[in-house]
Order: sequence, then structure tokens, then C-alpha cells
Amino acid sequence: MSSQPSHEGFPWKHVIGFVLSILLTVMALWLVFSLQLPVSTEIVSILVLAVFQVLIQLLLFMHLTERDGPAYHVISLIFGAFIAFTIVGGSIWIMAFRSMVS
Amino acid sequence: MAVNMESLHEPISSSLPLEYQGDGNLKIFGFWVFLAAEVVLFSTLFAVYLVFHGNVAGGPTSQQLFDIRGFTIETFLLLTSSFTMGLGTYEMRRQNTKGVLAWVLITVLLGLGFLGMEISEFAHYVSIGANISRSAFLSAFFVLVGTHGSHVTLGILWILSILVQVMRKGITPKTARKLFVVGLYWHFLDVVWVFIFTVVYLTGKVM
Amino acid sequence: MLHSILQIGDKYFMWNEGPMIWTSDALIVLTSLGIVGLLTYLKRWKWLWDEWLTTVDHKKIGIMYIIAAFAMFFRGGMDGLIIRAQLAIPNNHFLTAEHYDQVFTTHGTIMILFMAMPFIIGLMNIAVPLQIGARDVAFPYLNAMSFWLFFFGALLFNISFVIGGSPDAGWTSYAPIAGPFYDPGVGENYYLISLQIAGIGTIATGINFLVTILKMRAPGMTLMRMPMFTWSVLITSVIIIFAFPVLTVTLALLMFDRLFGAHFFSVTHGGLPMMWANLFWIWGHPEVYIVILPAFGVFSEVVSTFSHKRLFGYKAMVVSLVAIAILSFTTWVHHFFTMGAGASVNSFFSFSTMLIAVPTGVKIFNWLFTMYKGRIEFTTSMLWALAFIPNFLIGGLTGVMLASAPADYQYHNSYFLVAHFHYVLIAGTVFGVFSGLYYWWPKMFGQKLNERIGKWAFWIFMISFNMTFMPMYFVGLMGMTRRMYTYPAGLGWGPFNLIETIGALGMGLGFVVMVFDIAYTIRHPEKDLTGDPWDGRTLEWSIPSPAPEYNFAVIPEVKGIDAYWMMKHPKEQEPGPVKAVDKSKIRPIHMPNNSYRPFIISVAFFVAGFGFIWQWYWLGIPGLIVVAIGLFLRSFEYNDEHFISTEEIERTEIAAGRL
Repeated sequence: MSSQPSHEGFPWKHVIGFVLSILLTVMALWLVFSLQLPVSTEIVSILVLAVFQVLIQLLLFMHLTERDGPAYHVISLIFGAFIAFTIVGGSIWIMAFRSMVS
Repeated sequence: MAVNMESLHEPISSSLPLEYQGDGNLKIFGFWVFLAAEVVLFSTLFAVYLVFHGNVAGGPTSQQLFDIRGFTIETFLLLTSSFTMGLGTYEMRRQNTKGVLAWVLITVLLGLGFLGMEISEFAHYVSIGANISRSAFLSAFFVLVGTHGSHVTLGILWILSILVQVMRKGITPKTARKLFVVGLYWHFLDVVWVFIFTVVYLTGKVM
Repeated sequence: MLHSILQIGDKYFMWNEGPMIWTSDALIVLTSLGIVGLLTYLKRWKWLWDEWLTTVDHKKIGIMYIIAAFAMFFRGGMDGLIIRAQLAIPNNHFLTAEHYDQVFTTHGTIMILFMAMPFIIGLMNIAVPLQIGARDVAFPYLNAMSFWLFFFGALLFNISFVIGGSPDAGWTSYAPIAGPFYDPGVGENYYLISLQIAGIGTIATGINFLVTILKMRAPGMTLMRMPMFTWSVLITSVIIIFAFPVLTVTLALLMFDRLFGAHFFSVTHGGLPMMWANLFWIWGHPEVYIVILPAFGVFSEVVSTFSHKRLFGYKAMVVSLVAIAILSFTTWVHHFFTMGAGASVNSFFSFSTMLIAVPTGVKIFNWLFTMYKGRIEFTTSMLWALAFIPNFLIGGLTGVMLASAPADYQYHNSYFLVAHFHYVLIAGTVFGVFSGLYYWWPKMFGQKLNERIGKWAFWIFMISFNMTFMPMYFVGLMGMTRRMYTYPAGLGWGPFNLIETIGALGMGLGFVVMVFDIAYTIRHPEKDLTGDPWDGRTLEWSIPSPAPEYNFAVIPEVKGIDAYWMMKHPKEQEPGPVKAVDKSKIRPIHMPNNSYRPFIISVAFFVAGFGFIWQWYWLGIPGLIVVAIGLFLRSFEYNDEHFISTEEIERTEIAAGRL
């Protein structure tokens, strides 16, 4: 068993998660609207922040680490992320051809 | 469940919380797999949006359309609702029915606030002629954000139906499992929104 | 009065189109009346409702899937014969061009989605829980939902032929030809919405079997001890879960174009018609592996059983399955190399396509080595598996030819391609499901199909199959293109096409002989009382045939690959029949209750779908509301399980001679 849920006390995990998620959002807004960065740098940085947001949700709110037996659900999410990356990256790459013909 | 009966399912380790008992373990795992399928569904919509982002056909662009104040408030509403839903699960594990009801009702209210803002955002776009038929960009925008919005709507109805069950039956292995699963769904919608916020709204303001 | 009836008839039932429609109408009405009459005469309505329509038992759901698949094989096969009739001779006008378009569209769509898929899923339902020592699938209620969603999706698609007109943009439904501008009317709406309904059911099946296989195996059955068919279903489920949501989105987008005026795939307002091809094949290529991998699994079981040897290279088989699952998501562009995406894109996908041939080749060698020095028994099931190897190889190797992007510019959308995919889909999937049908029929019904008639069906079908599709390679290289309505004389295509048509008739005859085999077996059953007619190796053969409701009176302990074989051949003792069920270990068993709701919800889906197809929102929206109410009621259902008492289990096991 990888994690023992706490039944007592103050919900620290949730509060920390909430504060972090708000902070990350504010950072993303600040990056885009207050800093004068090149567009590509901005986009890469806010994507990195988004990934951190996802990890907060998964680990602090969604109890990702609770399981009975092997972590098949983590494997399926990782495979889902791989497919997501393939579909988004692949579609953009493949459909970029229209700039060559038009 | 009596000890000497064989159910369809293997007994599971007793150190896991209540919602994993009985067939809860199977259902929770099945729901994670469903969420993985949802990842693919939304990523396809994101791929479509990104490919069509520049295809405005002379209509409004994302830079002209999006309102920073609006989407920022929507984001904070949904992030907070994810937090309160988490607290609902937390109280559920402390067997505190009243705490569950309170936090989950707050979640529903925040969700309704988010929905209201999104609907008025859409209504505003349509009123200035930026509707689904205006350009491929707008078609993709409305379908991506609208799919998320309809998930939120469904989530609210689902949460309400489970709240009724918790009120009637208290916190049992079954109601706990249902509440936990709908919680996963709600947090997942927040994850999707984080990407909509990043890829659609923020990126749409700079590109 | 009569005039207005005729007007409605012309508008919705296409009575102005002539005798073909009238005949179809008459046949449909007569068949429906016949079924209703027969059920009433035999007083079987209650039986139908209690035993079948409301069942959540995986074995019965599997049988219903296979019955539906047979019906769809007939429908799709008739379409195929009509296509061949049209193309038999040059300058033929047996059909109008519009009807021809509809027929090849429904042929493709039905054969892939409403024949191959349910046949595969039917075999999955029948075999997988029994192979892993489980009492049912993880979510039996959801399993019934999956079946009925598929069933009503298929029904919705089929009624298009007589109500409003069938889709006619090909099974790939390419934009912009399938968009609202070039293809008004309801035909394409039927395609989009019926596939959507069936597709939701398929995603649920994928999740269901993934959870079942990962979480419900008998004690001792580690992943690397699972039967190869179960492995192939596990990997297939993974592909379903990650590919079908793409189809869901793709269909929805075109539906938004057609019903709500969006511009995803139109040629104006910034739409990109080629985006349809891109999205369709992101799903479409993995879909090919969804229908082929379970067939590979069947061949693994059949080859091993009838060679009386353990499967050669178990680990290599598993690794190649996993490799295929991952690679299948990275090759989709080879379906549209000619779009002109540029050299780097085409090169990448050309390479990945050739790569995926490697694990498939590994599997072929493993089957050959399994047979090597084996004591091969030529049953009907084994014949299909043996015929698969050379025939599939022809399809696979021509596939590698097509994978070369520059060469594909020559072959693309020619009959060479048509021949290729029929060689892989028929020699792979269809031979596979037929092999599986003969193999598991005794487990389904407690009787063997007649082997003599079965072998006749096999030889007729197999030879005719080669007669039909081999000439297509040549006529394709001569320049005949896919979906061509008719062709002039003097190109040298005529004789090839005539041979193909004769071959197609032969395949039809083979199918009829197989149906006759089933009918003959029902009349003259050759009872199998052992539960193990083939000297099987896996757990499904350890229980009586047909399996009791609860499958296993006592859940077996698994000690290695080919679990049942190990039970029959213990190390220290002489091999012999396995001991009877241990009475002291029998406990009451929890089983899920039947439910009428999956059926009702799916009917509501059907009604809602019909409403959206015709843009009758007054019908569509209430339909969806009924669906929502059904789901809501399910959430409030708490007592959905019952017990089977030890006495009842003992009675059943005694009757089966196990106690």
C-alpha cells in the first residue's frame, strides 16, 4: 500500500494544493501580460506551469497514489498522455502542409 | 458482506479507504481508465483547435475576442471548486456527512457560477456575430470549450444526484465510492480547464 | 388521400426510385411479421425478454453479438454481391451511379463496424472470462449497455436503406464530399449518428475488458500466464480505449458541420477538408489492429490446441502485441500519402508503417514453429487458421509495397489497394472469427458444429476468396480505380472483373453452406458431454459446456501457462481427466441481476438518433432526456445482485456430471 489516507487533523494537503494552484495561475497571467518575453518562450513557460497544475490535481486532490495491486491506472494515464501528444503534435505537423501549397 | 460468500470480485486489502471496498476498487480503476479515454477525446479537440486557430476567414481573431477579466474569473472559480470538492472527499473519509454536504454544495455553487460566466461569454460572442458558423477558428473554439462546459453541466447534475443519495443513506461503501468517483471527474474537468486556460485563452491573447 | 400518402412515401421511403426499394420494403415487412408471428405462435416473448433482452450474462451477450454479426455479414455480403454484379461486365448499368455509391458505402461501413467488430467482441465475451477463471466481466450491466448500443446503432444504420436513403460518401466519409454542401439529405447523418451510438458502446467494451483482464484473473494467473487470446483482447481493449474517442470527436465535428453550420471540413470559412482524413485515420489505423489482433489471438489458441503443443515463443508473442499496440498509433498518414504533406512527413510514416510489419512477422514465425513437429489435427477450425497464414501474407506483403510513399502515388485508391485490404481483413479477421466460431461453438452450445459440412464451407469460401480478390491486384495495376461505377470495354479489365464476380458468388455460397452447417447442427446435434472436445489447454475447457451461469463452481488455482493442460497432466501422476469439483469448497455465489434498462436506454438512443438525423429536435431531445433518466435511475439502484445457493450450485454440477 503506497499511501495511508489521513483521517485526522487539518487538510494540509488540500490547502497547499489550492494555494499552489492559485499561485501558478497568477504566475501564468503575470508571465503573459506583464513580462515582455518572446512569444515562443511565453508559450513554453505557461505550458510548463500547466503541467505542474496537472500534477497538483493528480497528486494532492485525486489520490493518484492509492491503489490495490500494480499501478495500472497510472500506466493508462501515461499512455493517454503519449497518445495525446501524438495526436496534437502529429496533427499540427501533418496539417502544416497547407502553408506550402497556399 | 458475509465472509463465506464468494462475490464476483476478489477481496481487497483492508487498509484502503471505504470507497475501495466491495467492487469499489474495480469501479474506481474503471473510472481512471475512462478518464484516460477522456484525455484522448479532449486532446483531439485541442489538436483541432490548434490547427484551426489561425483560420479566422476574415472574422474576429482570438486576440480581439477574449476578455482577460472574464476567463481569469472563470479559472479561479473552477480552481476553487476543485479545492472544495477535495475537501468534500476529505470529510467523507472522516465520516462527516454534514461536512461532505456543505463542501460539495459549495462546489456545485462555484460550478454554477463558472457555467453562468461561460454562457454569458458565449452569448456575448454570438451577439457580436462571432458564432459557430463565422469561421473554422470559431467552430473549433465553441466545440472545444463547449464540450468542457457540457461536461461541467453533466458533472453538476451527477454531483446533485449523488448528494441526494448521501443524504438518504449516509456514508456507506457504495455512496463513498460514488462520491469519490464524481470527485475524480470534477478534478479532471479542472485539469482540462487548465489547458483551455493556457492553450486557448492565454496563448490566444499573445498569438 | 392516396396522393398525399404517395407523396410521403416518395419523400421518406423513396418509393419513386423503383422496384428495388419496393422489394426491400416488402422483404423487411415480411421478415418482421414472420419473426413476430413465430415468437407469438411459439409463445416465446417472455422467454426472449427474460433470457436474452434483459440478460447481463457475458455468455449470452456474446451469442447475441455473434447472431447480429451473422445478420450483418449477410447484409454486407449482399452489398458486396450487388457491387460485383454492377462491375461484372463493361458498360453495365444494373444500378444507377447514386445507388452504386450507397451500396459500396454501406458495404464497407457494415463489414468493418457492424460485422467484424461485433463478431470479435462476441468471441471476446464468450471466451475471456472463462479463460481467466472469472464469473463474469467486471461490469456486466455496462456490458449489456455496450451490446444494445451497438445493436441499435447498427439498426439505425440499416434502416437508412429504406427510410431516407443510405450514406454515399464511402465508408471513410471524406470531406468535403460528405459535408452539407455537396451531400445534402439524411444519408450521411445516418452514418455519423449510428456510428456514434455504436462507438460509445465500443469504448465501454474496451474499458470493461481491460478492467476484467487486469483485475479479475483467477489466483495464480499472472499476466505472463494468460492465454494468448486473452492477451490479444487486453491489447485490443487498450487500442479501443485510446482510439475510439478520436472517432467520437471526428464524427461529432462533421455532425456540427452538417446540422449546426460549423466549418471544420468545408472549403469556405477557413475549413480544412483534409483535416477529416487526418482525424479519421488517427482512429482508422488503430481500428485495423482492433479487428486483427483478436483474430491473431484465436489463431494462437487454435494452432496450439490442434498441434497439441504449447505455443512457441510466448514472450515474443506478448512483446510483439505490445509493440503493435504502440506502433499502430503512429502510422496513420500512410492512408493519405498523396495529400502532399511533404517529404519529411511521408518518410516518417512510411518508415513507421514498415516497422509495424516486423512484430507481425514475428508472430507468423511463432505460429509456424508451434506447428513444427506438432501432431497436427486438421479440424475445420485449424483449416481456417492454416489458410490464414499464406493468404494474410499476400495481403501483408502488398501492404508493405503500399507503405512506400513514392510507390503509393501509383497504387493509391486503385484496385491494388482494394485487393490488399480485403486480403488482410478477410484472411485475417474473417478467417479468424470463423476459426474461433468452430473452436468455441462447443463451449457456447454443448455441441460440435458438423465438421464435414464445415470443411466444405471452408474450401468453397477460401478458393472463391482468392478468385475474387487476386485478380483485383492485376486490374488495379492496370489502372482500375476504387469506387469506379463502370468502365469501358477494350481495356482488358472485363475478364478479370468477371472472374471476380464469379468468385464473389462462390464466397456467398460458402457462407450459405456455413449457415446450413449451423442449421444442420441444431437439427442433428452431436452432443459434447465432456466440456473439452478438443483436448484443450486453457481454463474454458475445464468447465461443462455450455458453461453454467456462474461459470466456475470453484475458482481454479493456476500454476502456469496452459493452466488446464497442467491440471490434466500433473507432474508426478499419470495424465488423466481432472478430478470433479470439490464439494467442500462450494460457497454461495453473488451474481448480478438482469436489467431491462440497457435495452430501454438504447431504444431511447435509437429514437434520439433518428430525431437528430432528420433534424426533428422535438424527437431527438426528448429521446436524450429519456437516456438521462435511465442513467439517473441506474445511479439510484442499490440491490442489483442475487445469490446462487450452494444447493443450486450442487444440483447444477451434478446434472453436468461434475459432482
